[in-house]
Amino acid sequence: MNLFVEFIVSALIVIGGIFLLVGSVGMIKLPELMARLHAPTKATTLGIGSALFASVLFFAVAGDFSVHEVLIVFFLFLTAPITAHFVAKAHLHQRREQALKELPPTGSKCGWATFDPAPGSAEGELQDQVDERG
Amino acid sequence: MIHYALMFGFFAVSVALLLNLWRLAKGPTVMDRVIAVDTMVINAIALIIYYGIFHGTTVYFEAALLFAMFGFISTVAYCRFILRGDVIE
Repeated sequence: MNLFVEFIVSALIVIGGIFLLVGSVGMIKLPELMARLHAPTKATTLGIGSALFASVLFFAVAGDFSVHEVLIVFFLFLTAPITAHFVAKAHLHQRREQALKELPPTGSKCGWATFDPAPGSAEGELQDQVDERG
Repeated sequence: MIHYALMFGFFAVSVALLLNLWRLAKGPTVMDRVIAVDTMVINAIALIIYYGIFHGTTVYFEAALLFAMFGFISTVAYCRFILRGDVIE
């Protein structure tokens, strides 16, 4: 393997390790959950992308190219925001009263989308019926 | 050169896993523990990938892909359980 490719693979491995470590340190150091959510979803995703591209390059040069790593990168980059959204939503709904006090005003008639249904929508009317029934 | 980079990578990812474990044990709320497990899965994938480069074999990628899928599915299932009290309605 020539030196240039070896250097690039090594650099990608080191960058991946640093970003994974930064993501986990951020999850320890940041003060509350909504802030902590940023570290694993951004730094860790970048780190795993770097590590997987190091693997792609290594095996492509070694003559054993496969698309598995690209598949994993694609899957992780697709699912990281979904996971973060779900965690944030579950967190807000778990402490609904406090969240409604803390969240800034939306500046329109209807409130935050995760708590209030859109005004006039069928789902909103359905939600009203559910509320009336208790 | 790749050998030293891999040694650094193993070290960094192992420390990251320990930090995740700390958050998993400490985490004041349930969702803290959920994101700790989710990050642990991603770090485990990185560890598997580095191990594959270390041994020069592509056998471990199926394991990494399975880890990625099951990590995502378990996180989403747990969040839905917290949100709705049920996974599949």
